[in-house]
Amino acid sequence: MEVDIACVGFGPAMGGFLTTLARQWTEAPDDPAFASRTMPGMPLQVLCYERADDIAAGVSGVVTRARGIRDSFPELNPAEIPMATAVASERVFYLLDSVGASRRSLTLRAADLLLRSLGRVAGVRDSAFELPWTPSFLHKHGGLVLSLGQFNQWVGSQLMAGGLVQIWPGSPVSEPIFSGSAVQGIRLADQGVDRTGAPAEGYMAGVEVRAPLTVVGDGPVGAVSQAIDRHRGLPTGHAQREWALGMKFVIELPEDSPELEPGTVWHTIGYPEPEIFGFLYVHPERLVSVGIFVPSWMGDASRTAYRYLQHYIQHPALWRHLKDGTLRSWGAKSLQESGQHGEPFLCGDGYARIGENSGSTNMLTGSGVDEAWTTGVQLAESVVELLRAEKAFSGENLAATYEARRRASWVEHEAREAKDARNGFQGGLVRGMMGMALAGLTRGRLHLPARAPAAHQQIRPTRSGVAANELAKLCAAAQAGGRPLHDAVLSARGWPEVAFDGQLLVTQQDALLMGGKVQAMPGFADHVAFRDPRLCAQCAEKTCIAMCSGQALTQGTGGVPAFEREKCIHCGACLWNCAHSPGGEQANVEFRAGAGGLHSVEN
Amino acid sequence: MAETFHIVVCAGIVPDPLQTLEPVSSPSGPGLKNEMVLPAVLDPWAACSLYEAAQLAAAHAGSKIWLVSLGPKAKLQQVMMTVAQKVGFELVPIDGPIGGFPDAHSTAAALAEAIAALPGLDRSRLLLFGGWESATRGAGVTLQLTGELLGITDQFQGVDQITLRGDGSFEVLERVEGGKHQVSVCAGTPAVLGWATGNLPEPRNNPQTGMANMRGILPALQKARTASLDANTLRYVSVSLPAQQRETRVEKNLSPDEIAQELLQWITAE
Repeated sequence: MEVDIACVGFGPAMGGFLTTLARQWTEAPDDPAFASRTMPGMPLQVLCYERADDIAAGVSGVVTRARGIRDSFPELNPAEIPMATAVASERVFYLLDSVGASRRSLTLRAADLLLRSLGRVAGVRDSAFELPWTPSFLHKHGGLVLSLGQFNQWVGSQLMAGGLVQIWPGSPVSEPIFSGSAVQGIRLADQGVDRTGAPAEGYMAGVEVRAPLTVVGDGPVGAVSQAIDRHRGLPTGHAQREWALGMKFVIELPEDSPELEPGTVWHTIGYPEPEIFGFLYVHPERLVSVGIFVPSWMGDASRTAYRYLQHYIQHPALWRHLKDGTLRSWGAKSLQESGQHGEPFLCGDGYARIGENSGSTNMLTGSGVDEAWTTGVQLAESVVELLRAEKAFSGENLAATYEARRRASWVEHEAREAKDARNGFQGGLVRGMMGMALAGLTRGRLHLPARAPAAHQQIRPTRSGVAANELAKLCAAAQAGGRPLHDAVLSARGWPEVAFDGQLLVTQQDALLMGGKVQAMPGFADHVAFRDPRLCAQCAEKTCIAMCSGQALTQGTGGVPAFEREKCIHCGACLWNCAHSPGGEQANVEFRAGAGGLHSVEN
Repeated sequence: MAETFHIVVCAGIVPDPLQTLEPVSSPSGPGLKNEMVLPAVLDPWAACSLYEAAQLAAAHAGSKIWLVSLGPKAKLQQVMMTVAQKVGFELVPIDGPIGGFPDAHSTAAALAEAIAALPGLDRSRLLLFGGWESATRGAGVTLQLTGELLGITDQFQGVDQITLRGDGSFEVLERVEGGKHQVSVCAGTPAVLGWATGNLPEPRNNPQTGMANMRGILPALQKARTASLDANTLRYVSVSLPAQQRETRVEKNLSPDEIAQELLQWITAE
């Protein structure tokens, strides 16, 4: 198949790209620049392939400054987008350990003790201390609280109604088509194959879609992005080493819940573990998004997300609002947190990268959606410029237009300021916060030195917090198919068992059915695989299982985790939650293109 | 029976059943909360009939498939982005209200009118396909009524299979009570077949099929005529979702027989 522009992944970056391109075409449909080169007589053939079963499925709730989004939609009325509202207030809380099981340093224990003893005098309420001042770089004033699923659907509906763009969900892209260093299109995933990818009933080889330009916006763990990075490498000195898993619930508050005004935004630090940041965003109609970020710099080999999230929402400061609420939806995604340290080559012959995997996320402000959207807009403007100039989509031309636009924009300027803002976190929360403040307040001029090792090296099995002999017993039990190791370790550390109520506190498997609802089309190969089974067999900690958002990875035979494709929500956490490497930066887990995942537009 | 068929598939769209569905009352009648923003899918029963139609058409060159669907134009377009990748068809969209509560008579009248107006349709070769049941919350009679309005009296419901006999007639397997099939023989087209699940798997997504379909789908959507269904013919007294029970327990040590026994006890205790 031949098209003019092949696009991979439909997220905010691609939304910005396609919206801008389609709008320019609508304003000048007879402009010869928009005539198809591959189908004479037709307008540009622009096809976008999305892995998820729906363009609204499997993404996340966000708070964003929405500068780029508002530039594209100056008359934007949040009321037109379900679950969207303007940011009304922002607060930052330090959460004290209300359970007594958190792995706190002496510094944090002392801080907790001091705050507890001062109590309400210091403004401590419900075991939470509200920071009296927050730096401006953390603010999202004038921004929006969004469900990204609903936003994507809103954008996608307008795009498809326009007629220029075709967006095909349920179509995972397995790899780019290379010719030397140039990208000449994409290859869709094979269908009608068994788990290993071998042809089976109804086999259909992945169709090749060739195009003069391939736009890659497949997110932090996209197969096409990974393949390009393997093929071409990253720029000298760049590496994608810092990650986080964001997991959240969408909760409907009870009618008599204490008032939380739509647009309320809370950021929290300190609980359930010092490394885990949390958030609460209030949508209209008594809906809240509440969640946590579990970062790669949390060296604990038993780090996990789902159980921590359950403990998080039960912290007194949140529970007073959330108690008796109803879980409506649930979801998780990996975040590429390397910022400019992980930026790949933004373009090359026949392709351009936009969005999160292009290193656009700002690690100081914790903002990614608006930046991703804006990189898409910048690429669309550049594409139109090249079309009108009848220039090829060569690496040189794309660099002179797209990359130049990006380098001159606020996305780049702010990313530079943020580049080293997170350097301190490898040394713990306090050092990390100091580093952020230093970089933020000096606009990036001063910062702590960087020392982030490869993601697999950040996992430190020795720091379990459980006595060695007890840990050995728990490991043996987990290997024998009993309780998952991370769950047992958390209980051994003193975290209370979660009292399931079937409404808000539910088992992880129930969460797959209640809100996010996970489904995978048959006929695709397993998209999670292990490079060297011997490394898995030697691995006691199995952090990939602990961090698997959907419990799609479980103890398997011979020490190699078992993978159930039907439970995978494509968060990609396994990719960076493996402590073992067959060599280089890569871990022992492969994360390929696959279909299916979450089905919830409330995420 | 003619060797080529004109197959018209009537298929509504419904909210993706994997979403959280919440009934609400509105001035225009019962509905679902935020229904316009819920992702939609082709009615699963009708989707089976579309796949059966595609297989029949593929086996009889020269046959043609129309997909007639009534729903909001914007939602139809979204659904088509998935359905259009699976099999080839010509879309006949009718811009209408969302939801499954409109009066089946009004809906059938709109469908029959659209079908009767199809250019090139040979009624002597017509097979009217659709779902036996519907996930649209309708009364499950729309297809029958549409057939009646088109003057088609040979009607079969709960169809799982048809077998052509070579003389223009065909054998039909219809589901009946007790998990059995009733075997009927129909002399030939035209006929109405309300499909159960059929026997075919969901076709693979084929981007080439999608592109070929899309050339006709977008213009059809732009020209879709509007159907204003009579909202005053029915009054719903109450609407509720079926009660759901969820009871999860992780068991690692029970044998399959023990699990089956426990399930049996649980079911029979209801």
